[in-house]
Amino acid sequence: MNTPARRLYLFVTVLFAILVFATTWWTVARPASLRDNPRNARSLLEQQRIHRGTIFARDGTVLARSRRGPQDTWVRRYTAADRLVAHAIGYSYTNLGRAGLERSRNDALIGQRTEVGSLIDDVLGRRPVGDNVTTTLDLDAQRVALEQLAGRKGAVVALEPATGRVRVMASVPGFDANALRSGKTFERLNRQPDSPMFNRATQASYPPGSTFKVVTAAAALDSGRYQPDSVINGDSPKVISGVPLANDGGESFGDITLTTALTHSVNTVFAQIGEDLGKATMAKYMKRFGFYDKPPLDYPADQMLASGEYAGGRLLAPESRKIDVGRMAIGQDKLQVTPLQMAEVAAVVANGGVRVAPRLTEKIVDRDGRTVDRVEPERVTRVMSRESAAQLGEMMTNVVREGTGTAAALAGIDVAGKTGTAEKDPSRNLVQPWFIAYAPAHDPKIAIAVTVEDSIGGFGGTVAAPIARAVMQQILGPAAGG
Amino acid sequence: MSARNRELFALIPASLLITAGFAAVFVQENDRLTNLSLTYGAIFFGLCLAAHLVVRFTLPHADPYLFPLAATLACFGLVMIYRIDETLARDQAQWFVFGLLLFAATIILVRDITVLERYRYVIALGGIALLLLPRVPGIGSQVNGAYLGVDLKVITFQPAEFAKLAIVIFLASYLRDTRQLLVSSGRRIAGITFPPLKHLGPMLVIWGLAMVLLVFIRDLGSSLMFFGAFLALIYVATNRLSFVAIGLGMFAAGAWFFASTIGHVQNRIDAWHDPFDPALYDKVGGSYQIAQSLFAQADGGLFGRGFGESILTLTNGQPLLPAAQTDLIYAVIVNELGLVGAVGVLLVCLLFVERAIKTSIIARDSFSKLLAAGLGAVFALQVFVIVGGVTKVIPLTGVTLPFVSYGGSSILANFVLLALLLLVSDKARRPA
Repeated sequence: MNTPARRLYLFVTVLFAILVFATTWWTVARPASLRDNPRNARSLLEQQRIHRGTIFARDGTVLARSRRGPQDTWVRRYTAADRLVAHAIGYSYTNLGRAGLERSRNDALIGQRTEVGSLIDDVLGRRPVGDNVTTTLDLDAQRVALEQLAGRKGAVVALEPATGRVRVMASVPGFDANALRSGKTFERLNRQPDSPMFNRATQASYPPGSTFKVVTAAAALDSGRYQPDSVINGDSPKVISGVPLANDGGESFGDITLTTALTHSVNTVFAQIGEDLGKATMAKYMKRFGFYDKPPLDYPADQMLASGEYAGGRLLAPESRKIDVGRMAIGQDKLQVTPLQMAEVAAVVANGGVRVAPRLTEKIVDRDGRTVDRVEPERVTRVMSRESAAQLGEMMTNVVREGTGTAAALAGIDVAGKTGTAEKDPSRNLVQPWFIAYAPAHDPKIAIAVTVEDSIGGFGGTVAAPIARAVMQQILGPAAGG
Repeated sequence: MSARNRELFALIPASLLITAGFAAVFVQENDRLTNLSLTYGAIFFGLCLAAHLVVRFTLPHADPYLFPLAATLACFGLVMIYRIDETLARDQAQWFVFGLLLFAATIILVRDITVLERYRYVIALGGIALLLLPRVPGIGSQVNGAYLGVDLKVITFQPAEFAKLAIVIFLASYLRDTRQLLVSSGRRIAGITFPPLKHLGPMLVIWGLAMVLLVFIRDLGSSLMFFGAFLALIYVATNRLSFVAIGLGMFAAGAWFFASTIGHVQNRIDAWHDPFDPALYDKVGGSYQIAQSLFAQADGGLFGRGFGESILTLTNGQPLLPAAQTDLIYAVIVNELGLVGAVGVLLVCLLFVERAIKTSIIARDSFSKLLAAGLGAVFALQVFVIVGGVTKVIPLTGVTLPFVSYGGSSILANFVLLALLLLVSDKARRPA
């Protein structure tokens, strides 16, 4: 009986090794994800005792600060200005966890240094002090965006094309981060059908409509298969994937150039281009633009959505057989995008074809005023050649000059843009208007995406373009007079 | 050095450990060092010394390391429980004293373990009765859906802790008689040796018992522990892995069936599967406990937060970590002493098992061999079931960490287990 007894001991050793492995897993390998779990009140309780850093807008306006609470704690308070940017900043409460920038920049805000640094602090009994975070958000432009949306559900995102700074991230309806302190309010807001705490700029999945033709045009030009003056037949209807597709109002355009097709947003032309390029080429360019991945924004991953073709709530593989590439090329089919993604599309064209990572943080400064970290522009990839981007930009400028997007024109400044009007419910004439743009066309300072969730009638050019125009005007200053 | 002197010297570090532990907790709580920790250390050493003297005079040849290892685990427990709640620690200290008394009483009364063989059926029936006691109306009590406790108004206890000893004693005795038959008269079908039907009967009874445990007590952990110990004994007795495989298959089938029909067990399994699912997290009896356990461990990291630094209550006084002193004590240890401290505890447990198996190997008669191996196995499985539950290796169920967790039944039963091991050991190591 000694041999099996020895083997039994061996088996017990294996069992204990599993326990040691599991403990190692939870203590050493996985603590970051557990520490950041919004359910983990532990780090919050701990962090209540830490003087959390202040969050500033770009112009130095205070958005969130900590005040002395009961006993040895600090409590978070949000200023009136924070209501303008509540989604981007988010919240940090012991009972609710954290969201938004409060979560993604938590380490800086609580002064979390390296493991060794914390260990030394521990030994010396020093309590870490949080650093201050300055965001890239422009409160004036944000205010204009919210005023322009005027209570209509939707979102506005504006980026600096060359640096990726997010200047506007507006989502309607909004909420008051201070009111969440009462758990009941939080529950109530969570249950409201219009989801006020949902950040439509990064989380909403909307059909992009014709704004997606910019992506298709980029693929067409950069693959070398088309030129701005390539001639394609724009008659209506055309059979796409075995089913006839019509232009808006059934209008036939005859043989037209690619530029004209974009200017007048001709569905049949772009659907033919999509079929001609094929899924692989479309997927290649979409991925370069950032589709099929969550954006590299300093924002919590679960508050962002990847754009792409969805079926049954899941992202389809880019070359799935369920994709109707012709209809996808005009922003139909099962395509779902976020306003942030569409702002990035405009920014890439504006930035000569180079994609720069968007970001909400300008810099991190410690209590003594020393800049701990200044976030530098981070080039992600080249999406298309400089020439293709210039050609596409010229085509988009034409859209605003004489096409569907004239309502976005700014006096004295060329705007490049593209409209979109996604059909949502034809029986009620319910549509989702879009406008993506950048300006000035020859020296881009700002790229923007605007969408309104449910509009009875109307078009991207009539509903969304005026909003984009007002926001761009605010950002570009008096030079861009109305 | 004689075995007993080695035991005596080994008790010194255990006592120093408890002194240091209390000192650390005092410093953390009041920011000053008092000689109270020395007093506690001295009292602890005195108590252990008394127990040591009993062993010295009655079992002079017994293994010298088992008792100090158990004392070390008790140290961890007492300091941790004191840090969680002072009044609980006072209770636990009392139970520790009662445990030592019962330990001494067991040694003196039993004297020769072969006595136990004579009463094996009585012991077996007693064990089964104990297990079913929590379901008796009026005295049974249900906690989180599992029937593990008995409430006799004046005292509540967990009969499963004692039942595990009864089952092991019975099986060791029963298998001593039948092991030869099980091996020699087995029939081989498709390369697997099946035990003969008439000897399969009692094994089926044990399997049935494990299933009944699942149904009546509704506790996957205890069933796993009992059935695991049974399989370990079968294996040691027969050296046939095929028996273990058959047993495991049967247990898995039964467990799967009942798990899918008993809501409470199913809940535990769901909670285990995805502890961070919001729906499960907020449900009563859901995954809150395991999620908090994992958060606590992650908070500990490599070296831990230090004694007294684990956050156990919310600002409104509600517990953050439910059942911190019993089920989740391992999580508190990881939180405060880190991976390093936790591995220390596991190592002490493993050494304890090692001594038990060692005792089994050097024992001269079959009953002693089986008894020591069985006690070692049931101890090891209990550690595995609770630590595995806390670390999400298996679904979390409510068993105690031997000698460490708060609870009178657990302390008393494990001191009896220790006494039995020392009895076997003394007989085995006695010069012929």
